[in-house]
Amino acid sequence: MGLLDKEFSDGNIVVANVEDLLNWARLSSVWQLGFGLACCAIEMMATSASHYDFDRFGLIPRNTPRQADAIIISGTVTLKMAIRIKRLYEQIPDPKYIISMGSCANCGGPYWEHGYHVLKGVDRIIPVDVYVPGCPPRPEALLEGLLKLQEKIRNESLRKKQS
Amino acid sequence: MKNAEEIFELLKQEFGDSILSIDKDTPTEPIISVEPLKIHIVSKFLRDNPELQFDSLMCLSGVDDANGKKVKDAEGYDVIEGGTLSVYYHLYSTVLRHKITLKVSAPREDAKVESVENVWKCADWHEREAFDMVGIVFVNHPDLRRILMPYDWEENSFPLRKDFKVPEFYQGMKIPY
Repeated sequence: MGLLDKEFSDGNIVVANVEDLLNWARLSSVWQLGFGLACCAIEMMATSASHYDFDRFGLIPRNTPRQADAIIISGTVTLKMAIRIKRLYEQIPDPKYIISMGSCANCGGPYWEHGYHVLKGVDRIIPVDVYVPGCPPRPEALLEGLLKLQEKIRNESLRKKQS
Repeated sequence: MKNAEEIFELLKQEFGDSILSIDKDTPTEPIISVEPLKIHIVSKFLRDNPELQFDSLMCLSGVDDANGKKVKDAEGYDVIEGGTLSVYYHLYSTVLRHKITLKVSAPREDAKVESVENVWKCADWHEREAFDMVGIVFVNHPDLRRILMPYDWEENSFPLRKDFKVPEFYQGMKIPY
């Protein structure tokens, strides 16, 4: 971890870097916006449920963007929904993170050619931190995505957001 | 219980020239063609006649027949001129257990079909979808707005028409891949 290395022998006092401490706190309680779009959302719900248990990594759904830290774009982003997603994203306070889950959110997926109603990749409207491939991704893949996001947060600097 | 020909004869007696033809050469059920601006009164008759009692509209579909002439427009895209747009009505009587399929065809440039919304209530959203996707205008429909596409989607742009061209942008978002 690196965080508890410098513990004094008599206990009670921990010496740590402010940056490390804040990053550790942030990455251990990523609250995601309770939000699902298509079949990927079913897989995301399965990941939150007891078999895969998202909560053990500190990720729980929060049903308001104003108190959320992350948003998982789980499914096909239609043009109609894209406007709403952008507004939700703007309502989330900084620092905020985005996981793009599944082929549709990454690049349009099976709708890439004839999808007159589909936005070909959610990164056309909001900046994405982690892309999770799959159609839909297995819960393990989504967990891997979360771990990658946590890795990213761990190495963040207070002075500037890296992304 | 009546078969399609008996129903056709009954309609022909009642409405004469408004009932155009019966097409029996189909892989599924025979299809009765009706004048687009007479469909409301025909539907009401089909529902209320004690020998027919079609109380259920199983499905209402808008179809682009694409049977017009293909022409290139100013920008070099294929556009269909002339021909027809059609609406199919699949009816079922839960009392007498018989089925029938109706069809109306309206000219592509001015596709007006009477609404059957006050005969079968479920036609409301079906007709809105047919309007949204292929651009058939249902006369006397109480609330003919787009149902699936955004309300500010380009007017006269109907995605399921065979000559539909995907717009470049919607609200600043690029649509093509």
